[in-house]
Amino acid sequence: MRLASTWILAGSCVAVLLAAGPSVADEAQFVEALGNLKTSSFITKTEAAKEIAASDAEQAFVVLGALLEGRLYVRKAENDVVVAVGSGDEVEIASAAHGGTLGAVAKTDLKRIIINNQMRIMLRSDLARLSLRATDPAQRRKAIVSLFDSLNEQTVKLMRAAFVTEEDAAVKATLATALALADLDSLDTKTQIAAAQTLGSSMHTAVRNRLAALVESGADDALDEQGRQLLATAKASLAQIEHSRKIYGLVETTFFGLSLGFVLVLAATGLAITFGVMGVINMAHGELMMLGAYSTWVVQQAMPEHLELSLFVAVPVAFIVAGLVGVAIERGVVRFLYGRPLETLLATFGVSLLLQQTVRTIFSPLNRAVATPEWMSGQLYLNDALSINYNRLYIIIFSIVVFLSLVTLLRYTTLGLQIRAVAQNRNMAKAMGVRGGWIDAVTFGLGSGVAGLAGVALSQLTNVGPNLGQSHIVDSFMVVVFGGVGNLWGTLMAGLSLGIANKFLEPFAGAVLAKIFVLVFIILFIQRYPRGLFPQRGRAAES
Amino acid sequence: MAKPLLQRYPLSDFAVVGTLASLILVVSILNLATPPDSFAHISTFTVTLLGKYLCFALLALAIDLAWGYCGILSLGHGAFFALGGYAMGMYLMRQIGDRGVYGNPLLPDFMVFLNWQELPWYWWGFSSFPFAMAMALFVPGLLALVFGWLAFRSRVTGVYLSIMTQALTYALLLAFFRNEMGFGGNNGLTDFKELLGFDLKSDATRVALFAITASMLGIAYVTCRAICASRFGRVVVAIRDAEDRARFLGYRVENFKLWIFVVSATFSGIAGALYVPQVGIINPSEFAPLLSIELVVWVAIGGRGTLYGAIVGAIVVNFAKTQFTGILPEAWLFVLGAMFVLGTLFLPRGIVGLAKRDGK
Repeated sequence: MRLASTWILAGSCVAVLLAAGPSVADEAQFVEALGNLKTSSFITKTEAAKEIAASDAEQAFVVLGALLEGRLYVRKAENDVVVAVGSGDEVEIASAAHGGTLGAVAKTDLKRIIINNQMRIMLRSDLARLSLRATDPAQRRKAIVSLFDSLNEQTVKLMRAAFVTEEDAAVKATLATALALADLDSLDTKTQIAAAQTLGSSMHTAVRNRLAALVESGADDALDEQGRQLLATAKASLAQIEHSRKIYGLVETTFFGLSLGFVLVLAATGLAITFGVMGVINMAHGELMMLGAYSTWVVQQAMPEHLELSLFVAVPVAFIVAGLVGVAIERGVVRFLYGRPLETLLATFGVSLLLQQTVRTIFSPLNRAVATPEWMSGQLYLNDALSINYNRLYIIIFSIVVFLSLVTLLRYTTLGLQIRAVAQNRNMAKAMGVRGGWIDAVTFGLGSGVAGLAGVALSQLTNVGPNLGQSHIVDSFMVVVFGGVGNLWGTLMAGLSLGIANKFLEPFAGAVLAKIFVLVFIILFIQRYPRGLFPQRGRAAES
Repeated sequence: MAKPLLQRYPLSDFAVVGTLASLILVVSILNLATPPDSFAHISTFTVTLLGKYLCFALLALAIDLAWGYCGILSLGHGAFFALGGYAMGMYLMRQIGDRGVYGNPLLPDFMVFLNWQELPWYWWGFSSFPFAMAMALFVPGLLALVFGWLAFRSRVTGVYLSIMTQALTYALLLAFFRNEMGFGGNNGLTDFKELLGFDLKSDATRVALFAITASMLGIAYVTCRAICASRFGRVVVAIRDAEDRARFLGYRVENFKLWIFVVSATFSGIAGALYVPQVGIINPSEFAPLLSIELVVWVAIGGRGTLYGAIVGAIVVNFAKTQFTGILPEAWLFVLGAMFVLGTLFLPRGIVGLAKRDGK
């Protein structure tokens, strides 16, 4: 019965640990312990900290937190313990005993209470235990998760009490998981079986590892009926966990693929407009994205106090900057080369070199770091196996908004009508009174402006440097060609499918091989469907 | 009815071949037969530089054959060039033998570094010079054949084709960057010692390489001219000007394009193979899409569809590049960019076209 004896051993260990602290719920005790913190002996201090943690005093959490962060001081004159806020020579202090503010004092009047590593470790788990009572549900859940690896009887007792009163469903579920983890150590096999069953619905790594360890330790032994049942339940739960982790893994990969795909779509839509509507290859498209990214950087430099708002300013700025440069390219170069697509390609490539070198001369060849605002950093927590980065989520939303606005513009406005007319039949449109040259300039400006918007999005994902455009231009072309020229929906489909395909291939083949596979696939695909996924119909499409 | 030789070929052809022949003579005499401090002496550095220009000229010639005469704008000719270069590089690598840093008689240094135990199969045979040279022709040619067969058969034309060739070279760039490919990864192949037993650092070898390059350029030029002057060449030009019409007249357009593309790729491979022993290194950056586009500009600046224009363009642009990167490194991209823009806008027929207009 090795399995059972292991549990007995583990159980007795817990019992020994717990002999240390009978619960003291007395404010006076708390104040006395606080006084003990003033000594220089670490042993006394450790005992004092333990007593504070065990007390139910209101201030316990604040004091221990301050102690851990090195903000707990002794006032030299008054010889009482205070919590300091802020830094510098003058700090605001508050009484440790009752929390009342005591005003600002010079730092030289204070003496910090120092702690050692052993205390630090103890304090962390004490704090986690205390934050089980935090008001914020997310904080409570986090505290429970951080306790998964250090469950002792006292903690479990607290948790059981909390479980009864807990109202937040997510926190309650996490508590259930923690309790089930504790129950796995139970001496009663029936409780263990029930716990193993409960754990099947959790996605947490600690749970998975614990179950895996249980399955492993029991595998090579002859077991009685109940032991076998426990093993089987644990195995089933483990399988269930692996299964759902796999599913969430798929969801995560799809999300990464979508986010990559939407970046591609954003980068390619501008190209699709100029390429599809005007039959013009704009090799400077990547550099227009780069201009958009640099606009973001410049805007952030201009308003350093309003970092949160900078992106909202950067979006129109980038659109206008890239759009104006686009119009300049069209008026200055491209319009002399209509009907000669290959020459246009070369000339715009020249423009791209000029833009690149200009940026390199003005902003230096080094990469610039564009700051990410608070609201875009961090992760959206969905469950233990799946969190979503906010910046990727917002970029997806941004791409959808830009894409839909473009579709609306082309579909429902007079300008859109004229652009489509010129695309379908330039001469006929002109005969009907559409100003061809003006439409060309506006279309080019529009496509370039969208490239600028893509630049804003890219600045939140990668470094902003003079080579930013070049590294994305081949991908953008692939998307446009794959989707079918002159078809925004084709571009959308192509971008998304290429993004997802890339991310799904990556785990098997590695990032570089995945990219090579995708490129080769497109090369072969174009042989079969020379006009892409959604070929443009109509006479004008046949060149 | 055979016409007299002078009437059958335009003067420019004699000028090209004559210039190349005299260049070989002058350069080899001035390098080998004059003392180093003489003012007429051409340093070995210059000889190698000229050799490099001529390799580029050969590459430009190959592009002009495809673009200027058949309308196939390839933005991936750098790939064929680099593949030819890698074939030569692999031969030179095998010639190092046990003189590498690790002194392994069987494996090149980078494989020892990667802890490889034996030579991968695709390195077999590269100790043989004829085999390596056959590969320098065969591999680019085969790639062009497969790619061209797929592309031309399904009538991928114009910008689509250009973008696909760009994707091709980009994919190869990524592939050759991988250490696992067995071509030296990021660093490529370098540290060459000798070619057919001749020390690569000696002046005589350098001059010989230059002479071979110049002769190869001459041969390629005459071959291209012969192709263009032939019946086959006439059809090719017809395809360039009106592909559909040529097809309706009953010509198998895809076959013509395919052969021109393959010949062009093969010449690029030769250029690459001649380039590597002179510069002493081949690495994946030769596959960069940017470089391949730059090649096209040489042809555009020189004047497409003339063959000699491509040679002039390659030499002029590269000479300018050497000068500018020496004096004002930052300005080079400005100059190159301006060349692209102004060249296409104001010099649709290139430098050569300018000279012609003035002459007439």
